[in-house]
Amino acid sequence: MAGASGAFVNGTGNGVGRLLEAYDAQGFYDELFGRPDRPARHTEPIRNTLSAIDYEDLKRRAKDAELELYNLGITFLVYSQAQAVDRILPFDVIPRVISAAEWAHLEAGVQQRVATLNLFLHDIYHDKKIIKDGVIPADLVFGNANYRPQMEGLDVPFGTYIHIMGVDLVRDHEGTFRVLEDNGRVPSGVSYVVENRHMMMRAFPDLMSDIGIRPIENYGMKLLEAMSEIAPAQYQDPQVVLLSPGPYNSAYFEHIFLAREMGVPLVEGRDLVVLDDRVWMKTTGGLAPVHSIYRRIGDDFLDPLAFNPDSALGVPGIFEAYRKGNVALANAIGTGVADDKAVYAYVPRMIKYYLDQDPIIPNVETHICREPDALQFTLDNLDKLVVKPVGEAGGYGITIGPRASAAELDACRRQLLADPANYISQPMVPLSVCPTLVDEGIEPRHVDLRPFAITGKDTWVLPGGLSRVALRKGTLIVNSSQGGGSKDTWVLESDTPVQSQSQGQQSQSMPGISQSQAQSQEG
Amino acid sequence: MAVLLARYAECIFWLARYMERAENLARILDVHETFSRDSHGSKNWLPIVELNADRERFFQCYTNASAENVVKFYVLDAENPTSIIAAIRAARENARQLRPLISTEMWTQINVFYGRLQTLTVTDIARHNLPKLCNGIKEACQAHMGITEGTFFRDQGWHFYVMGKYLERADQTTRLLDIKYHTLLPSTADIGSPFDISQWNSLLRSAAGYHAFRRVYPRGMTASGVAGFLLFNDAFPRSVAVCIREVEQVLGRLTSKYRLRRGNLALERLDEIQAALQTHAIDDVIDRGLHEYLDWLQLRLGSVSEEISRAFFGMEQPVPALTEGPGVAE
Repeated sequence: MAGASGAFVNGTGNGVGRLLEAYDAQGFYDELFGRPDRPARHTEPIRNTLSAIDYEDLKRRAKDAELELYNLGITFLVYSQAQAVDRILPFDVIPRVISAAEWAHLEAGVQQRVATLNLFLHDIYHDKKIIKDGVIPADLVFGNANYRPQMEGLDVPFGTYIHIMGVDLVRDHEGTFRVLEDNGRVPSGVSYVVENRHMMMRAFPDLMSDIGIRPIENYGMKLLEAMSEIAPAQYQDPQVVLLSPGPYNSAYFEHIFLAREMGVPLVEGRDLVVLDDRVWMKTTGGLAPVHSIYRRIGDDFLDPLAFNPDSALGVPGIFEAYRKGNVALANAIGTGVADDKAVYAYVPRMIKYYLDQDPIIPNVETHICREPDALQFTLDNLDKLVVKPVGEAGGYGITIGPRASAAELDACRRQLLADPANYISQPMVPLSVCPTLVDEGIEPRHVDLRPFAITGKDTWVLPGGLSRVALRKGTLIVNSSQGGGSKDTWVLESDTPVQSQSQGQQSQSMPGISQSQAQSQEG
Repeated sequence: MAVLLARYAECIFWLARYMERAENLARILDVHETFSRDSHGSKNWLPIVELNADRERFFQCYTNASAENVVKFYVLDAENPTSIIAAIRAARENARQLRPLISTEMWTQINVFYGRLQTLTVTDIARHNLPKLCNGIKEACQAHMGITEGTFFRDQGWHFYVMGKYLERADQTTRLLDIKYHTLLPSTADIGSPFDISQWNSLLRSAAGYHAFRRVYPRGMTASGVAGFLLFNDAFPRSVAVCIREVEQVLGRLTSKYRLRRGNLALERLDEIQAALQTHAIDDVIDRGLHEYLDWLQLRLGSVSEEISRAFFGMEQPVPALTEGPGVAE
């Protein structure tokens, strides 16, 4: 983290002109300003450029950008009253900026987490050592709805189960990044990351000039590389496809995006057929072999012969082809065990167990109520904690202590005592904010961050990730279905402020140097 | 060599067909509006409904074939599968599935065009606004074709696009020609009159062929001259002869360059049409009944489309497996 010498900034944010003049982060950690006692120096040039933009101009350009999103059809489907409606994810034009130093830290943390979860998945589908050693309770694994016994004893290339992972991070009032959730099945949102950047480059070329931002355009190539690496070894030029449930899936745009960025066919179940335990696709010239599949269909729906027999979305026989090693699937089957809320609580212990390391990015402090001390602590502090059931309820049954009535707290207490193993509790995290253009002007809004990691042989992390922003005043909910939007996320190539006006030459040469420094920290 | 998913081939074929169809529907509405402006002209818009074999569906929704009802049925009515808005919606759905294949510019233009159609109101399609509206639709369809021509990668997919476009255009040209006959059916006495000539004139203009026709036939304008031009002229881009030639060429290239041997049956059907186009003189055709000839052409074009579908879109029977080809080190 950049130190605060006070030379560049004072408490009110020196060098900030009209646009951000009245801005007040209201005591939260701010992504552009930092904290009053630890101001963010690395964002100074961006704040200066931003301030030079006229407010009306900013609004006009934001409007143009949203229209462009509609025209380009960068949408997700929302189902309401039996009708499917195309919606765009609202795009906020004020970027969220991550320093090179912060990023190096996050990148290492994400890599550590992916490595750990892959080791965990291999372990539970093979020797189950972590369970035998009593680090994680057996019922959390074997009682998990996402555990797939069909995967037991099956070896996957490079031991990689989670090829594409999205890690949900939040930043607390101290400015510390913490993991809120792991997404190890089919994490969505990377298309917005790349499209937001394109949008930003068109709408705000002036804001981006002279600022070294790490590029993100190569996501598709990296993904294709990993998909090729995991293909059965005998194919030199493997055929990769993306398997989608089709145009009526809410994330269909993302499927289009990924297929296009990889330059591979976007197939549906009906385009594929399994013959002699090998997967083929129907082409104009007949059947053509398929070797590696990025599937965006859940385990349950993938193969009616192996899993849910009612599914018409998948491909009959594909699991057998996979089991025989004739085709690769990403993500592997059965990864859902690793992104469960209950398992999440154990990830710091897994990191210690498998890697003998401390977590680089800590979890949000989590109390596992099946453990007596944690249960007691939770009961004693019920009004300060968020209590979450760990089952498959998906958000259902959460009690937010500080906002709950006495009766609700009582009910929660009874549930906890009746079935402590079904609950975890966490403190309420005061999420960081970022200046955001809203109807009222520029105001602080809460943000989270979802970096994306791709793992074939090795793990590569896309610099930045999806910053979701809670557009409604005061709300902490950043979900797109609840009025959330997104922001472009900039990872700086260097944290030294660039003197853009007077020394343009120098600013040109700096990013190259700092990029190699950033990369040297990856390994 | 890159392979093409059968479903993509089908989508691109139909994308082209729907765009071409929308453009021609606009042409048909436009020319009919011109016909019906004259006091001799039919106040009856039923011929358009008959042309599209929509009688039953139309009268389920409307009691009479007034200008207002017919235009509404063919422009705004999304429930009517033969309307312009339904064609563009279908084109957009195909384009949506093709987004990994087509250019962003193609997709954006269709997306915006469809959005614009959705905002049309009854006022926009009122009689006095119809020529302007039809022009706008034609232009948007032509913009699509221009963007496609200028940005669509020339691999297999392009060939299916071209086939769809010209097959549909051939079909629509026969319909455009047929409308004149439907319109005039009750008043054959008018044939050759100044009024008749002015209608053929309008027909040519709505097929964007007036000036080309004048170049070929600087003196006079006759029914057989115009019909012959729209059917047989080998240089007019909307003539049936040119359309068939284009389809045959790309189909030939698919079988030779991409070694898609299953197109042979479709090629045979095309040969039959070619033969018929070359051996018939327009006066013979008119003597034996132009309407019947156009019907026959439409049926043959339909069977070409079916053969293409059977050969390439994989819907009919299991397709034989390709060999693994190069790049495999087994």
